[in-house]
Amino acid sequence: MNEDVDHGRRRLLTAATVGTGAVGLGVAAVPFLASWQPSARAKALGAPVDVDASKLEEGQMLKVVWRGQPVFIVRRPKMVLELLGGHDEALADPNSNSSAQPAYIKSSGAARARHPEFWVGLAVCTHLGCSPLAAFEPNDASQLSGVDLGRSWPGGFYCPCHGSKYDISGRVYKAQPAPTNLTVPPYAITADAHIVIGVDDVATIA
Amino acid sequence: MAAIPENSGSGDAGGLLGWIDARFPLSKLWREQVSEYYAPKNFNFWYYFGVLSLVVLVNQMVTGIFLTMNYKPSAAEAFASVEYIMRDVDWGWLIRYMHSTGASAFFIVVYLHMFRALLYGSARRPRELLWIFGCLIFVMLMAEAFMGYVLPWGNMSFWGAQVIVSLFGSIPVIGGSLVEWIRGDYVIADATLNRFFALHVAAVPIALIFLVIVHLMALHEVGSLNPDGIEIKQHKGADGHPLDGIPFHPYYTVKDLVGIVVFLLLFSGVIFFAPTLGGFFLETPNFEPANLLQTPPHISPVWYFTPYYAMLRAVPSFAGTQVWGVLVLGSAVVVLFFLPWLDHSPVKSIRYRGTVYKIALAIFSVAFVILGLCGMKPPSGVYPLLAKICTTLYFAFFLLMPWYTRLDRVKPVPQRVT
Repeated sequence: MNEDVDHGRRRLLTAATVGTGAVGLGVAAVPFLASWQPSARAKALGAPVDVDASKLEEGQMLKVVWRGQPVFIVRRPKMVLELLGGHDEALADPNSNSSAQPAYIKSSGAARARHPEFWVGLAVCTHLGCSPLAAFEPNDASQLSGVDLGRSWPGGFYCPCHGSKYDISGRVYKAQPAPTNLTVPPYAITADAHIVIGVDDVATIA
Repeated sequence: MAAIPENSGSGDAGGLLGWIDARFPLSKLWREQVSEYYAPKNFNFWYYFGVLSLVVLVNQMVTGIFLTMNYKPSAAEAFASVEYIMRDVDWGWLIRYMHSTGASAFFIVVYLHMFRALLYGSARRPRELLWIFGCLIFVMLMAEAFMGYVLPWGNMSFWGAQVIVSLFGSIPVIGGSLVEWIRGDYVIADATLNRFFALHVAAVPIALIFLVIVHLMALHEVGSLNPDGIEIKQHKGADGHPLDGIPFHPYYTVKDLVGIVVFLLLFSGVIFFAPTLGGFFLETPNFEPANLLQTPPHISPVWYFTPYYAMLRAVPSFAGTQVWGVLVLGSAVVVLFFLPWLDHSPVKSIRYRGTVYKIALAIFSVAFVILGLCGMKPPSGVYPLLAKICTTLYFAFFLLMPWYTRLDRVKPVPQRVT
């Protein structure tokens, strides 16, 4: 009964069955894997955020939430703006070449802002996603909980988790745990100092 | 029970047991796995931790099942539901503390169980697969513990999850979308909590139970090693049983009961008198609800992860990416799998090894403890340097093992257990 078994044909059929089954399993896995993507609701909640920054005083900071992520809005005093380009040699990525930001932010150089006075950036450390603290003073007890950044600290951001230091444009200093500068989200500024986070151009939401 | 048929005459028990045995190998399983499983007669203190891991596993499953009856896996309700369990559910506090203390106890007994393998060469041929199954259990246990820690949705749960999930973001090219896929949102959110709950209470426990079963099957196939590191199966009596072996039941079941009682004494002591163990078992920031806008001043994982966390932090970012720290963290676990092939010593047990291995193991143990300490401290002062040194020592212990174990002057190994 088994004498004239066509082994080649049997192997082919076995391989074809296994192959078809494997493809079927792979295709069937797609819906399950895709169900882990952000849902339609999560995407909808990621809509742009409009912030009125006109009431912000110089040296003050706002923290708003966009797409569930904290965003810093800092109004930088003129005095600080003059110092901005002066410490590039101490920075890991002074020109933001390997950092994440829209093109119009990268081209703004040391300011990393659409309007130099307002700095906008994600309050998410590029090391492991902690929220950096505003460190405008070297040892502000209310902000830094005991950390003293030393007299020469020019002001910036300090991550309490692993100690990464950023300048006031969110550019990371050399030899820090964080590899790149703080991410700048797409945003636009209106004439009356409204900052719209999540769009490149105000016209798109008007 | 009057109509039970006569025994078939195969020599097996009649009655209900005979009826079952004709349909399911109950007596056979009992004999092979318990009453006629011959274990070496010279087990010492270090051999308690296998059975204690099993005890803790059962504790985690029973208390976990009862916790799910009142826990709500949503970002809006999770924290409050845990407080509800603690305050309003009768004995809820006890069930939760049994579970949270059980998590730490699990790692204590598993770390000691793994250390036993380094002492007596339990991972060596022919127990490589047994060791690999054990390492897989360790990896699953870490996943289980991490996701379980997120569930109370305290501030440390949230930020700990943020840090650990971001590890995947450092993978080049796919990192960003991979992290988004894991979280199911643009940040650690309700979707993340909900899926971690599903994995923590269903997927990972099933995988764990499966791995524990194959770990035990592999153990009972090759037989237990012992503090002398010699094979008892090489000297069998006329009855075919190892001369230096005794049946697991009743000898070791009774002995293990004593160990279990001592363990439960200590376990209860923690549950009733120090459930947070001063922030070691339950961290203080986790008594505050998760807050997206407020990172705790110092993020550190629970103690059992701190050695690996210290290694992660010990590696600086390089070439614009911090994937290196993640690679070191992963390698620190992966290297464990290769232990059976790294050890080239002609003897297994530390009793017959020379001073080189003893010193290496001592340095490794101290380095591991110091790494654990470094992982708890903020990354400033002496700790970053200490972590770098100890990370190097950790890897040196494993990667230089093929050489130093061969150099070691070993003592003659006895034929029979001592």
